[in-house]
Amino acid sequence: MGKITNEELLNSLNAKFEGLFTVVGEPFGLLTIDTTRDHIIDVLTFLKTDAALQFIYLTDITAIHYPEQEKQIGVIYHLHSLVNNVRIRIKVFLVDGDLHIPTATTIWNGANWMERETYDFFGVIFDGHPDLRRILNVDDMTAFPMRREFPLEDPNRVDKKDYFFGR
Amino acid sequence: MSDIQIVGAPAGVEGAGFFATSLDKAVGLARANSLWPLPFATSCCGIEFMATMASHYDLSRFGAERLSFSPRQADLLMVMGTIAKKMGPVLRQVYLQMAEPRWVMAVGACASSGGIFDTYSVLQGIDEIIPVDVYVPGCPPRPEAIIDGFMNIQELVKTESLRRRNTPEYQKLLASYGIQ
Repeated sequence: MGKITNEELLNSLNAKFEGLFTVVGEPFGLLTIDTTRDHIIDVLTFLKTDAALQFIYLTDITAIHYPEQEKQIGVIYHLHSLVNNVRIRIKVFLVDGDLHIPTATTIWNGANWMERETYDFFGVIFDGHPDLRRILNVDDMTAFPMRREFPLEDPNRVDKKDYFFGR
Repeated sequence: MSDIQIVGAPAGVEGAGFFATSLDKAVGLARANSLWPLPFATSCCGIEFMATMASHYDLSRFGAERLSFSPRQADLLMVMGTIAKKMGPVLRQVYLQMAEPRWVMAVGACASSGGIFDTYSVLQGIDEIIPVDVYVPGCPPRPEAIIDGFMNIQELVKTESLRRRNTPEYQKLLASYGIQ
């Protein structure tokens, strides 16, 4: 099996989802597209089940926070076609305060923990997820620590106060 | 002439055929030279502790060769490594399971103060959740430093009153951590 090019990949996507996604670019040869939460499950299902493409492997689900954007939180899916040796990245940007997106656990069981992690760190709510609770942080944590407004440093730290250094 | 060193006798009254000292001192001497450490090793300081226990540095010279992996039989809790906040309740439970008298040694920068991990997910020093007797600095500390910390623990143990857990200071200390 040979590698399929990004152009062929884009043609297959355009045939099915013309106008429902935008191409962000191809950094380091990795095709990156932007879509909306209404179409994300259709796009993922198509990429996985299409006989030619076969993006059967979900590498990762994560998120990113851009406080200066109107749609602040981006959920990012990385797919890998093991058969064709090609990868794709799909982004969905959401408005803070309405962080709902349909779950991908209906397509890949492996999405379960990835979505829990994304919820844990960014507060993205995956509708339909079977068990959406924190996975890495302590259960009683109230914040979502990877958001930009969250202070990275622990407030209980005492030995780095300025007066120890004459500041 | 044997080169085996044995620990000296505590202060007391000596005469022909008898030696008198206080029970506190005799018990302290016995305790100090037969401490059973519980190694709570989570990261690189644990590797240094392995070197400390091994033949070159040989912690058994101090009567501590019997590691207790059950907190019930341990006298000394040696916390070596980064304690994440999620690990905090586990460490606290291990401490609670230890029987009196018990001592705690925080080995390395992370256990003492959080070290380089000044972040939301890491406990900024185990003294936030349990009382600590001796802190060993270093990142990680060399085995000599761990032995020095251990000898400081021994000094504490020797001079400890027989029933420390009944003293008001100790009970106040534990109460400040919400223990008992």
